Amino acid sequence: MTTLLEFEFDNVKRGNTRRAAQIVGVVGSGQLEVLIEPAELDGKCEIVVETSAQGFDEIWRSVLDDFAAQYPVADLRISINDGGATPAVVNLRLQQAIAEVLDV
Amino acid sequence: MNDMSWGTLADDKAARLDEAARNGLGKIVAADQAETLLVSVLRPNDRICIEGNNQKHADFISEVLSDVDPEVIHDLHVVQSNLALPQHLDLFEHGVAKRLDFCYAGPQGIRMAQLIEDGVIEIGAIHTYLELYARYFVDLTPRVSVVAVEAADREGNLYTGPNTEDTPPIVEATAFKSGIVIAQANRIVDRVPRVDVPADWTDFVVEAPRPHYIEPIFTRDPAAITEIQILMAMMVIRGIYEPYGIQRLNHGIGFGTAAIELILPTYARDLGLLGKICNYMSVNPCPTLIPALESGFITSIHSAGSELGMEDYVAARSDVFFCGPDGSLRSNRAFCQLAGHFSDLFIGSTLQIDTAGNSSTATSDRITGFGGAPNFGCDSRARRHASDPFLQAAREETGQESPQRGRKLVVQLVETFREGGQPVFTERLDAWDIQKRFGMDLPPIMIHGDDVTHIVTEEGIANLLLCRGPDEREQAIRAVAGYTEVGRRRDPKRVADLRRRGAVRYPSDIGIDTRLASRSLLAARSVRDLVRWSGGLYDPPARFRNW
Amino acid sequence: MSDVLPIPQESYLELSARQRIARICDKGTFTEICGPEARRKSPHLATFGMPSAFDDGLIVGEARLDGRNIMVAAQEGAFMGGAVGEVHGAKLTGLLLRAADRAPDAVVILADSGGVRLHEANAGLVAVGEIQRAIFTARDAGVPVIAVIGSANGCYGGMSIAARSCDWVVMSGEGRLSVSGPEVIESAQGAGEFDARDRALVWRTMGGRHRYLMGDADRLVADDPGAFRSEIVSLLGQSRAITLETLRARNTELKQRIDTFGAARDGTEIWQAMGHSDPWRLPELEPDPFQAAVDGKRRKRA
Repeated sequence: MTTLLEFEFDNVKRGNTRRAAQIVGVVGSGQLEVLIEPAELDGKCEIVVETSAQGFDEIWRSVLDDFAAQYPVADLRISINDGGATPAVVNLRLQQAIAEVLDV
Repeated sequence: MNDMSWGTLADDKAARLDEAARNGLGKIVAADQAETLLVSVLRPNDRICIEGNNQKHADFISEVLSDVDPEVIHDLHVVQSNLALPQHLDLFEHGVAKRLDFCYAGPQGIRMAQLIEDGVIEIGAIHTYLELYARYFVDLTPRVSVVAVEAADREGNLYTGPNTEDTPPIVEATAFKSGIVIAQANRIVDRVPRVDVPADWTDFVVEAPRPHYIEPIFTRDPAAITEIQILMAMMVIRGIYEPYGIQRLNHGIGFGTAAIELILPTYARDLGLLGKICNYMSVNPCPTLIPALESGFITSIHSAGSELGMEDYVAARSDVFFCGPDGSLRSNRAFCQLAGHFSDLFIGSTLQIDTAGNSSTATSDRITGFGGAPNFGCDSRARRHASDPFLQAAREETGQESPQRGRKLVVQLVETFREGGQPVFTERLDAWDIQKRFGMDLPPIMIHGDDVTHIVTEEGIANLLLCRGPDEREQAIRAVAGYTEVGRRRDPKRVADLRRRGAVRYPSDIGIDTRLASRSLLAARSVRDLVRWSGGLYDPPARFRNW
Repeated sequence: MSDVLPIPQESYLELSARQRIARICDKGTFTEICGPEARRKSPHLATFGMPSAFDDGLIVGEARLDGRNIMVAAQEGAFMGGAVGEVHGAKLTGLLLRAADRAPDAVVILADSGGVRLHEANAGLVAVGEIQRAIFTARDAGVPVIAVIGSANGCYGGMSIAARSCDWVVMSGEGRLSVSGPEVIESAQGAGEFDARDRALVWRTMGGRHRYLMGDADRLVADDPGAFRSEIVSLLGQSRAITLETLRARNTELKQRIDTFGAARDGTEIWQAMGHSDPWRLPELEPDPFQAAVDGKRRKRA
């Protein structure tokens, strides 16, 4: 089975995501896709990861903590399908995805 | 002492040659007489070198030798740099050879570990290249050597082809200590294109039934280079080559260094670095060097060996490569290792790095040795000539404006995780367990931490020269270890201080936007692109083609 | 040292499926159907511990090309080698049936597939059959269907059959088209019959240049998205009849082909028999000189 990880971040910045859903990356070996959608989440940012790699929960938590700290955006749902990407690749795709919906 | 004979080695050689003659063998030996030759000139307990390199291998003789009767020939002591083919290990399994001094086992690493553990192979030492060649001239001189050559004439003059590799030190040590030199030749010709080994150093030439095996191990397909590797290549150019002004260097053979080579004509050129970096290299003719060379970056390259498919290109660029009067490349691993040892920078990759900066490619189930990295990747204590990077590194390390000696730059280029999520950074190298398991005197460390000056990861650059004391080095290493456990244990306050002092630099500190790391920066994105850059001179092996 | 550096232009082969659609279609005109936010993922892959994709590796939708209405599908080769699963197949079938209904100027299939997704077994096999039938339905309705092959996975297995059921096949030299893949042939027949690691041999027998010489590909283009786009534009609105006569003519041609070349062991032997005096040189030629060299010396589809 694949592993499902769910994260939630309470953030401060609101109302700065106005664009439609965007998808970045491809699910391949060592690669991942990131779907990023504006959503009514009561000011929260929700991140769901489905991954085929086992035992990396703690690393996902650290990577996403750092990401949420860097981009404190509200009302955003980020869904990830992961084919065993390294944190470096995860970071790169997240940065590319957030650039699609924010203007950073 | 007057009664003592001082020519026993020469007498013994003469006796062995006599035996070969009695068995009807002349200088040129047919393939089906190879076993007779070996049994005639070999004795139990002999020290023997059966040339094995990165590229060419005396595979036919190795095969024949592994089939001789171990009642007749046994307990041979093999002294050769490379044992990458299964035939090389068959010798031990069949009881013909017992003891081994070597440098590199590459793909045979797992079987090698098993044979050592089972007591089939007794290891003298796992050497670096230069120390094994050196010991040929001290206490590991071969009694019999078999070299692999492209062509020989009927007198015994040998042409090695572009893969000269280890042949010169092997032949020199053997021939001049009354040893026996046998050449495995791809073909016998009337006149060799050039004489790499003169006939009077050669005792026998065996015409092999098929050309010796050559492995194109230095070909990296640009199609497989990732954005992360390109990001790291940008960091190396921006964070090391440019500020230190690196002109004389050695590149490892991984995809990371291939990425550096492939963004020289784009990224580095746009930074105005043409003519200022990467002028002189000690490296094999890797196909990924073609675009940099064609765009004017590289003045001179000396190579340890050749690379399949690069022959015509190299011959057409004799200003850059070392070529013989016949036009073809003359490589030489001993001299190339020496040249790289005295250059200003080595950059290469590894599988594990600990918090002291020690690195190793030895993992618990295999014994491979380290190839060229240790000789290239160490500070030479014997260097006396100065250069800008050599001085700047020493200034950074000592904090003195006029340091007493210089410092070579030794850079480790690694992603924090390997494929499959294995962390590269570790609190403790597997090397220590291997030392224990195999009862080694020293742990198999590839590059020692005190030789390393910079560690580059996708997270940043740790400049260990600017660290004062082991604690700071450890924090700088943790600072670039990303989300590995080693990285997550960093002390953010101390890392911030190191970053302020430039001992740790993140991509944004050197003006790099990570999102710009894209494959569009590569001057060639496929093997076919490399062929185009070469004007059709590069002829890649079939396995690298998609046309 | 060269005056102008041969820095490569954008490569079609390297693009993702979404990038290919963006480069081929008129800018900003693509409207996706069943996009990733619909989350129509494979119901099978998670069982095998394999990650699934929000679009199941197939992107479908409507767009304009050179101002004309088209429907377009693109397989994502990086996901499961572009293999056809249940959802993936249903999306392509649905698009083709929609085309039969709405009559765009073409359906463009940007293929990148190793064939049926083995994990989905029968569902994948059924999907391929449905795709082929839907191609004929669209063609019967007068909608030209264009298969485009220039990707890293090539077009193999069931997708190769689907591609050859289309009106037109546009390929680059880098593309590959064959029913069985090199590894499959090697494991069934032995390395003596076909050495799958000899990639030059693979391209001489399955690659775009060979397929163009044999008439299996109608157009050969450079590995450049702009070149693909121009050739596709030139085929818009051009249907080929699919009748009993055309099928019979095609069968006769295939029989001739077996009779003439059946004993050949390499593409070069076939090319030589076609009148190319230096067949080993052909793979080395760039697209333009290649076209010039083979002009008048290639087979064409009946």
